[in-house]
Amino acid sequence: MDVLLGSECEREGQRRRAALVSFGYLQLIDLSKRFGTETAVDHISLNVARGSILALLGPSGSGKTTTLRLLAGFERPDAGRIVVDGKDVSKQTPVERRFGMVFQHYALFPHLTVAENIAFGLADRASEAQRKRVAEVLALVDLEGFGKREVTALSGGQQQRVAVARALAPEPRVLLLDEPLSNLDPSLREKTRLELRAALVKAGVTTVFVTHEQEEAFALGDRVAVLQGGALEQIGTARELYEQPTSEFVATFVGRASVVPGEFLHGGMVRVGDSVEWPADSPVDLSHGQRVSVVVRPEALSFSDGPGIEGTVSGCRYTGARAFFTVTAGDAAVEVEASVDAARVGDRVILTASRTRCFPEDA
Amino acid sequence: MSSRGLRGLPLTILLVWIVVFPIALVVVGSVRGDAGWTLEYLAVFAGERQEWGALWNSLWISVASVLLAASIGIPLAFVFERLDFPGRRLLGALVALPAVLPPLVGVIAFMFLYGESGFVAHAVRVVFGLSEDPWRLRGWGAILLVHAYSMYVYFYLFARAGLAKVDSSMIEAAHSLGHGTWGTLRRVTLPLLRPQVNAAALLTFMTALGSFSAPYVFGGGFRVMTTQIVTSKLNGDTAMSLVETAALAAVALIGLVLFKRTDSGRSVAAVGKGIPPAAYALRLPIARWGAAMVGWSLAILLLLPHLTLLLVSFVPVGTWTTQAVPPEYTLANYGTLVADPVRLKPLVNSLWMAGVASVAAVALALWVGRVVVQRRVRLRNVIETLTTVPWAVPGTVLAIALATAFSVRAPWFGRWVLVGTVVILPLAYVVRNIPIVCGSIIAGFRQLDPSLDEAAASLGAKRWYTVRRVTIPLLRPAILAGGALAFATALGDFVTSIVLYTYDTRPISIEILSALREFDIGVAAAYGVVLMLISAIAMAVGTKR
Repeated sequence: MDVLLGSECEREGQRRRAALVSFGYLQLIDLSKRFGTETAVDHISLNVARGSILALLGPSGSGKTTTLRLLAGFERPDAGRIVVDGKDVSKQTPVERRFGMVFQHYALFPHLTVAENIAFGLADRASEAQRKRVAEVLALVDLEGFGKREVTALSGGQQQRVAVARALAPEPRVLLLDEPLSNLDPSLREKTRLELRAALVKAGVTTVFVTHEQEEAFALGDRVAVLQGGALEQIGTARELYEQPTSEFVATFVGRASVVPGEFLHGGMVRVGDSVEWPADSPVDLSHGQRVSVVVRPEALSFSDGPGIEGTVSGCRYTGARAFFTVTAGDAAVEVEASVDAARVGDRVILTASRTRCFPEDA
Repeated sequence: MSSRGLRGLPLTILLVWIVVFPIALVVVGSVRGDAGWTLEYLAVFAGERQEWGALWNSLWISVASVLLAASIGIPLAFVFERLDFPGRRLLGALVALPAVLPPLVGVIAFMFLYGESGFVAHAVRVVFGLSEDPWRLRGWGAILLVHAYSMYVYFYLFARAGLAKVDSSMIEAAHSLGHGTWGTLRRVTLPLLRPQVNAAALLTFMTALGSFSAPYVFGGGFRVMTTQIVTSKLNGDTAMSLVETAALAAVALIGLVLFKRTDSGRSVAAVGKGIPPAAYALRLPIARWGAAMVGWSLAILLLLPHLTLLLVSFVPVGTWTTQAVPPEYTLANYGTLVADPVRLKPLVNSLWMAGVASVAAVALALWVGRVVVQRRVRLRNVIETLTTVPWAVPGTVLAIALATAFSVRAPWFGRWVLVGTVVILPLAYVVRNIPIVCGSIIAGFRQLDPSLDEAAASLGAKRWYTVRRVTIPLLRPAILAGGALAFATALGDFVTSIVLYTYDTRPISIEILSALREFDIGVAAAYGVVLMLISAIAMAVGTKR
């Protein structure tokens, strides 16, 4: 997490956002889609700045793929509009819309070569112009000289890059990617992620992509929209989502977190257990004595001698220099990040928290 | 060669003996007379305009059959795979119905339906008050009509299977890259279907080239190679029949090579998981009902031959002459099949011969399958190729080849006199069905996890115990499918039977023909119905999952 939220990254993001102003190049306005009785997309509104990359993050069934397919025009919205550069494109077919699309399984045409695949969307250009553009995008995705290869003979990572090149070739106004890295080996993903981001930034194309992996959303997106049950939960930078989640769902879905019950107190504190008080903040106004769900990150918790929650270490997961300890305290189990030799399974420990985030408990 | 390398040798010898050796004898026989090697027969063949005409007819009829069947079958596949309308599922299954009609039965059904004295001609004559037959169902037109009816099913089934495998994201990708419906069809969907369409085209070409029933019944003066061969053979002109057989085999071989060459383009194995696009639901009521109407009319058109056969099977002998529909109906024709020993005999013959042949073919295929999947067996590719040979050889060629090979006693050359015995027809059925049954069972073996054998062995199971308790139960669908298809094919066989039968082993198809010659159309139709029903039951059992 530290690496991803490093100050360098954050500053780059801020620069890009500042340059792109707040004007939404791509706007989703009150978009809804039902399949039968099931609401797949529920009044979603989003703005995407020109040239920026937006991640749609959510668990399966959250409506993120449907939103992407609405954008591409493969599905028609029941209500709402899609606007690009001030023009309503909601009524356009996918053929007229011509957004670039990278499919989850790439959908490369197996009967065509790499170059023929990439030139597929360039039918309206002269053959010399086609050749030139194919060479350009091949260079962009670092596949110079691969034009004559059969797509079936490529590795997964290479197929992914051909799919990106094919989608970028006609210089689409908007590029859409469906789980772009899900088909790659985990060992390949991090490298591909960096290369993909570099290519998208270089192409300067307004991009929306779908993922269910928070790490991917944070690394690839300028901003991240978290979806749940077809509705937009929160949109913001990775840091905003991690540090200032506006709902318990976002707080627990984005990053690791434990939830314990508590009681909100005046002065930005929350009481957990019988008498322990931890610092707390909240996205909404809470009244004194209100029952709340207290969300606490593993790195905000530490073992201490002072007053805190008492519990027993019931598990330990090593990740190198640091370890995640599971501590059982009464009915609750919380996760603590600490140095590897900070505790052992079976130890009685006391936990304190440096910060928490509180959400009103459901009635 | 190590002992490992020798595994599969007995199987190879067996397959060569029953598949390649007889055909080789035909080729040799066409250039060898009593006095040794000679080109005399070839010269006679080459000098006959009639022979060249028959060869040419066989060729162009086959190509035309491919084109006709494709132009019916492929659009139908698109309609049933991509459009949703009332009755789609039932109609989609009915459209494959011509497949359960054995060739000769299909031909006589067409004769009763569209022939000069059939229902349609009767109706036209009554409606327009004609005194003459309005048309004659003869010649190449009639042959092509029957071929189109029975062979479009290959294109329909293959193209549907192919369409079901085309990933919807391929279509969406083409749309998002700016290609509309027709551009996508031309540049993506059809190229992706090419392997299936090629396979269907090859199958249709081979079937049409080997087609015998339609030319035999409807050809009249229009000769094709298969009827030419049988005529020569029945006239006792053995040498000429051998030359003709060799010529037809050569055409089949050239056709096979040409098809395989056009097929050897790029691999179009699908990348990705292949979710077929949902069928496009027709929403406008007029479109829905229009589609349903067209579909049902088509289904009735396809069902008419079957229904005709059923109706005619109830007609007492000699009662239907000039009326639009038969005036009298009776169950006597079916009674005759059972009660009259002369009529019952062919039924019993066909059943036992087809039964024995399909069991033997399955046993052979299990042996082949076990050997072919073992990587250590060096002959496995040879064996697999041998099992596909009969598929590329017209039935008439196989029949003549077996008749040639097994009419001489020369045990040291692997030749015994089997012609005239009860062995020859089941043997012919086995050889003809080797490709179907082996294809199905080899595919079944390939799907078996090789570690299953090892797992069984590690649990202490002996080899035969493993075969009985693990291999065969897992292969059951493949065995049933292959066996049922073999049984149905053998039961309705006409093309090899007419060359090899004796009076005592005459199968149903031969008896249908003789009933027709006696103008006992009711009995002929009743045989056809029985054949159709047993085939349908066998296919239903074979394709059950």
